[in-house]
Amino acid sequence: MTSSAARPAQSRLREIGIWRKFLNRPEFGSIIGAIVVWTFFAIIAGGKGFTSAKGIAGTLEVASQIGILGVTVSLLMIAGEFDLSIGSMVGASGLVLGYMIVDVGSPVWLAVVVAFAFALAVGAGNGYLVYKTGLPSFLVTLATLFILRGASIGLTRLLTNLTVISGIRDRTAGDPVAWLFSGVLFSPERGADFKVSILWWLVLAVVATWVLLRTRFGNWIFGVGGSSVAARNVGVPVARVKILLFMTTASSACLLAMIQVFSAGSADVLRGQQKEFEAIITAVIGGTLLTGGYGSALGSMFGAFTLGSTQLGIVFAGINTDWYQAVLGVMLLVAVLVNNWTRRRASEARR
Amino acid sequence: MTENVSPTPARAGAARLDTPVLEARNVSKYFGRVIALKDVSLAVRPGEVNCLLGDNGAGKSTLIKILSGVHGPDGGQLFMNGVEIRLSSPRDALNRGIATVYQDLAVLPLMSITRNFFLGSEPTKGWGPLRHFDLDGSSKIAIEQMREIGIEVRDTGQLVGTLSGGERQTLAIARAEYFGAKVLILDEPTSALGVKEAAIVLRHVLRARSRGLGVVFITHNVQHALPVGDVFTILSQGKLEGTFRKGEVDTEALLKLMGGGSELDDLQRELEELAAVAEKGVIVDALPPVLDETPTGTDGFITI
Repeated sequence: MTSSAARPAQSRLREIGIWRKFLNRPEFGSIIGAIVVWTFFAIIAGGKGFTSAKGIAGTLEVASQIGILGVTVSLLMIAGEFDLSIGSMVGASGLVLGYMIVDVGSPVWLAVVVAFAFALAVGAGNGYLVYKTGLPSFLVTLATLFILRGASIGLTRLLTNLTVISGIRDRTAGDPVAWLFSGVLFSPERGADFKVSILWWLVLAVVATWVLLRTRFGNWIFGVGGSSVAARNVGVPVARVKILLFMTTASSACLLAMIQVFSAGSADVLRGQQKEFEAIITAVIGGTLLTGGYGSALGSMFGAFTLGSTQLGIVFAGINTDWYQAVLGVMLLVAVLVNNWTRRRASEARR
Repeated sequence: MTENVSPTPARAGAARLDTPVLEARNVSKYFGRVIALKDVSLAVRPGEVNCLLGDNGAGKSTLIKILSGVHGPDGGQLFMNGVEIRLSSPRDALNRGIATVYQDLAVLPLMSITRNFFLGSEPTKGWGPLRHFDLDGSSKIAIEQMREIGIEVRDTGQLVGTLSGGERQTLAIARAEYFGAKVLILDEPTSALGVKEAAIVLRHVLRARSRGLGVVFITHNVQHALPVGDVFTILSQGKLEGTFRKGEVDTEALLKLMGGGSELDDLQRELEELAAVAEKGVIVDALPPVLDETPTGTDGFITI
């Protein structure tokens, strides 16, 4: 103490080791988990193609689709809210897109704009309802989950007599806008297509991490999730933060719908079912607390990779895919336990 | 969209010392049929600590919510440096220099010290889409401010959850001072703390006073109020029981005023009786029947 008094302020900070710092990060568990799970399947299914270019491309594609939702959901969960409606949002905005292209005959870019506008409006509606009613977002978005699913089945049947809109591919082949969502980045070998969705996923994760850790808005997200009353007391615009985040999760669902519809060439009401839960699991594996105020967008990226590796790994290992959900549940439990431990280390260890 | 909060404390130099920096004159507040506050006045001058004392339910919280812009008063006026003001929101109050530190909502335990310190007033760097929270600059300031109040920060990412209760309250006080507060409203900052921790907080209340801030210190602990208070405002059942300057009252008088006097005597007598009974070895049956009639509040309203 006495000898350091004359030195500049910074030198009195005790340097804590990088490893210690890493242990205290919320995404710590998810990075270890991703490595362990991938290595496990690499060992048991490596000989069957899991580690081939095709296997890796497949793993990343599955991971990217879950991850696009997981990244935005983790932001919302850090702000203390849930969005269950994204599951039906994937189906609904896909139908908007398909209907615009096939039945209205609009250009692809316009259909995309309309679909995103629709998603943003529903997201804003979710956020506004949650804020105005003060009800738990779990309930409000559970309601929108069903309203969206039911209304999109009903409306599509009313308008087209079907619940699937097909023939989209004929009109989007070669369209540069469609390529943005379903294009192939590169193929090192036949059948090993690295899709553009992987890029979307990585870019989203990086941007979300930057927003969360390096912007005012990110600080507000943590504050609102920690305690919205305390945050409001120091001047954080709580309503704006929450509504914007609900709009973000809804648009990520719309983005996933674009990727799926342009890839498959058809829009289906049932697309995106259970994605809302997978997104939450991804965020939790990534170290985000269910109660808000703590978490990581980067972690959810690794969480998505873990889910992707598991799903593909089970297929490559020749295990019946029925087991996927059971494995998912076990991973969720393990993740919650690890998270509790990490958080306790970070928030209670006094030195 | 983004309010630029200047951290320079534009001290009202013109304000004379005897003009209250914040004053509530005859404020009343009703919640439906309940009279939460009736004609209550309170004034705090620069460099003065006004202890707001009262039992639970006396109306302390309602009064500070009016002073901090959470509620608007149903009657009466608020003045700042002699000028009448109307507070539209907590943010409005904050911008005018009225900072409130709430007991359990002072800071967020799962956020780092730096992030807590600047929450809602984050300094930014850069331009356009690259405009970002200046974490390095903020950390330096936060560490400096923490050191000044005697908290040695080991790591800028250290979560506030690692601080003790007293340290959390002082962090919130330091933050309010840093962002230019002229009036500090402290809502029961010591009531959940042990003796040592409470002493840390009280020391900072005095420090804020010596810097010329007006402090409204809410507590129901007379032992904490007496050593730091210049003025004592006592509320009882939504009404002003009295305002006293230091030296005009002692502990016992304050306690009596807070508890409504006779009730405390009753309690003491009852406890003595119980003790006497306990000595004889009969405890349970001797307990007085509690709810043998319709429970009514002292103001005549049914309280259930």
